[in-house]
Amino acid sequence: MPRIEFNQDLCKGCGLCLSACPQRLIQLRKNRLNDKGFHPAYVEQADRCAGCGVCATICPDLVIKVWR
Amino acid sequence: MKAVFKRTDGLLNVPMHYCPGCTHGILHRLIAEAMCELDILHRTIGVSSVGCTYNNYEYFACDMVQAAHGRAPAVATGVKRVHPSKSVFTYQGDGDLAAIGTAEIIHAAARGEKISVFFANNAIYGMTSGQMAPTTLIGQVTATSPFGRDPDTQGHPINVSEMIATLPGAVYVERVSLHDYRHIVQAQKAIRKAFQVQEAGLGFSLVEVLSTCPTNWGMDPKSSMDWVAEAMIRQYPLGLFRDPKLEERK
Repeated sequence: MPRIEFNQDLCKGCGLCLSACPQRLIQLRKNRLNDKGFHPAYVEQADRCAGCGVCATICPDLVIKVWR
Repeated sequence: MKAVFKRTDGLLNVPMHYCPGCTHGILHRLIAEAMCELDILHRTIGVSSVGCTYNNYEYFACDMVQAAHGRAPAVATGVKRVHPSKSVFTYQGDGDLAAIGTAEIIHAAARGEKISVFFANNAIYGMTSGQMAPTTLIGQVTATSPFGRDPDTQGHPINVSEMIATLPGAVYVERVSLHDYRHIVQAQKAIRKAFQVQEAGLGFSLVEVLSTCPTNWGMDPKSSMDWVAEAMIRQYPLGLFRDPKLEERK
């Protein structure tokens, strides 16, 4: 099954992956701040992720790793 | 199951200092990936410029030199002539390349130096907090054009790619954008092509990359990407201006 992983401490919470995801599966973790002081992104329904990698392509900070 | 997308070996494993949503990170990745794909990382020398990317020698895994403001093509010329077997690229912003460095870029292209120039155009001075750049659009509000850029007093934006493409020394000139997935993939191809043109010893290559500056544009990262698609591409049309294959056909 495809899997994506976020290196949450690198994330700056810019939200570009949120709008890039064709299935709109990515959210910002509003109840958590990372080391940089941003709300990091995460996948809410990981089982629906197809591993297309569009989020990883648009991420400016190389936060996302994709397995397929 | 294998990793289909992971951090490229062309970038060091350190966090980048750019603002959230800034497309410099994407451009860094594309250049690093191109160097890895062509297997030239170990013999590439990059020249970083002045601007937000002044310390990108901290991020790229290849050798890097820091040039004075706007002088990256001049430094790259020297590096390439001393080390003709190396691949040499410069990474410049619009404040660097299109303002103080105009003379250097035009003459490097006119001499047909065998270097690749990656030009991030975000229509504003990012690092110095949002002053008007030569590439600022007509009507665009910046710190030094608070009522919008007025062509009567502040002139017109410079389309660098079109200008460079008029010089015979420039063999590959393309303008790409980073505002969505499809355009990022096209930009990736253009960057690879620029290195290939240099490796083949054909001449000067320039890739202009339309970028965002959410902080100084006063927009969120998503709206900045939309603004590139709506406003910037109108002033700076994407496309291929010089291509070695097109020249052959003439």
